[in-house]
Amino acid sequence: MDFSASLSLVAPEIVLSLGGLLLLLCAAWMGDKASRAISIAAVIVIGAAAALTIPVLCGGAMGAGTFAFGGQMRVDAFAAFAKLLIYVSGATCLMVAPRFFDRWGAMRAEYPVLVLFAVLGMGIMVSAGDLLTLYIGLEMNSLAAYVLAAFLRVDGRSAEAGLKYFVLGALASGILLYGMSLTYGFTGSTSFDVIRAALAGDISTGALIGLIFVLAGLAFKISAVPFHMWTPDVYEGSPTPVTMFFATAPKVAAMALTMRVALDAFGAQAAAWQQIVVFVSLASIVIGALGAIGQDNIKRLLAFSSINNVGFILVGLAAATPEGASAMLVYLAIYVAMSVGSFVAVLMLRDANGDYVESISDLAGLSRTKPLIAWCLLLIMLSLAGIPPLFGFWGKLVVFQAAVDAGMIAIAAVAIAASVIGAFYYLKVGKVMFFDEPADKVAGGNDWAHWALLILSTAFISPLGYLLTGWLGELADKAATALFLVT
Amino acid sequence: MIGVTHYVIVGTILFVLGVLGIFLNRKNVIVILMAIELILLAVNINLVAFSAFLNDLTGQIFAMFVLTVAAGEAAIGLAILVIYFRGRGTIAVDDVNRMKG
Repeated sequence: MDFSASLSLVAPEIVLSLGGLLLLLCAAWMGDKASRAISIAAVIVIGAAAALTIPVLCGGAMGAGTFAFGGQMRVDAFAAFAKLLIYVSGATCLMVAPRFFDRWGAMRAEYPVLVLFAVLGMGIMVSAGDLLTLYIGLEMNSLAAYVLAAFLRVDGRSAEAGLKYFVLGALASGILLYGMSLTYGFTGSTSFDVIRAALAGDISTGALIGLIFVLAGLAFKISAVPFHMWTPDVYEGSPTPVTMFFATAPKVAAMALTMRVALDAFGAQAAAWQQIVVFVSLASIVIGALGAIGQDNIKRLLAFSSINNVGFILVGLAAATPEGASAMLVYLAIYVAMSVGSFVAVLMLRDANGDYVESISDLAGLSRTKPLIAWCLLLIMLSLAGIPPLFGFWGKLVVFQAAVDAGMIAIAAVAIAASVIGAFYYLKVGKVMFFDEPADKVAGGNDWAHWALLILSTAFISPLGYLLTGWLGELADKAATALFLVT
Repeated sequence: MIGVTHYVIVGTILFVLGVLGIFLNRKNVIVILMAIELILLAVNINLVAFSAFLNDLTGQIFAMFVLTVAAGEAAIGLAILVIYFRGRGTIAVDDVNRMKG
């Protein structure tokens, strides 16, 4: 494949990087007063990249025609599916940010630029076909994310979140990198195809250690137990729009990357990593559910909820089948909608002074003062818990179905039992909002963008979402087929 | 004769030292930054040793990229540390505890 064909394959990345650089110049030139205009421009850039990605997904691109730069990047339907989810989350986190930061006069023009670069890095991550591309994309995303976590300088918690995220994120990158160096040494290449071929048959101890280190580093990035301890602190301390970003886009990117690495590069050794994934997924489900029980801060609660959901998504990976991969993608799409909805609802809760309400006890009696927000939040919580008429149930159903089809009935049974524990704390939020004496903390109106996002995501996770199952399933199947093509 | 095994053992020792440096150090965040650098350099030793052993340039190119990213990572880490110090007036590891639970 010649160079120009490769360039046309990575057109969304080119648009994002040129747009990011241009907006960085604008930010330096015009200063913080232009931050709103730059945010809008950044959303448009992301929209343009998404427009370039949609045909790749709908066309179900796969095979050798999607290998750019000699297989360094794979621009197939799988990458396109993950990228579209990332673009949607990136754009929503840009839309809600200006109003949040204006509270402290802290909206800076760098914010949309950093989000653009993080989104670009995640796009590279999900289309990586080589350990080197994987590392560059991952670091591009992480370095922007560390700065975003510490973005609200007036808040000491934000700097602390940034510091914790940086130290543990850098440690995770180090572990991942060490695993990659061993993988390279014992297979002789960094290309996923060659690694896959080299690992067929018996696996050497060195390569096995490399595999474990790579998976441990990736587990850090998707905040799966036992590498989850940074998540609650970082989610609580970061500015809420940034938390919303962390809960959606990097999670999708790291999960897609984990799928690509596990099913493609290490696909020949599925038996070696399946037990690890089973353990990690069940531990995440249980710890995510138990850890959330005592929490009063809603952002911390949502952090544990995201750990819990990552566990359910990993059940699909443990199956190691195309059905499992397709189910994971469906779950990821629903998960993004639920996370966006819940964080937008949190962003709409402000007291009479305009400060943000984060404590669950302050939500008491919300159904009487702000009925629409309370109902939307309740539906999203029930959907996160996987209560049947809501769309969150569908995600869990397809994942469990894939696990049962792969003969992993015991795991599915344990996961279902643990999801009952999880339902407890979701329902507790509902109980506080609907049956407790009003605390009358939440006051003040909200702008139309927040309402639109909240209503849209609630409509998506409501039973109306079932109208989309056919369409979503078909796209996810195309993406999963592209991932499994080499087998 | 020093073979690839020796290099990998040195790399492993440095990697373990780096990880221990992050977890055992209770005094200063700057030491954590140095431990992170140590981890990345351990990986570089591995990559270059494997590259020479396999007669394949990819590992050395990879090491170049790791060096570049390490520089960027150190810059961002120090910048976050400066913001943190301005707010709290200390960079002792034990004081990084405003959020718990």
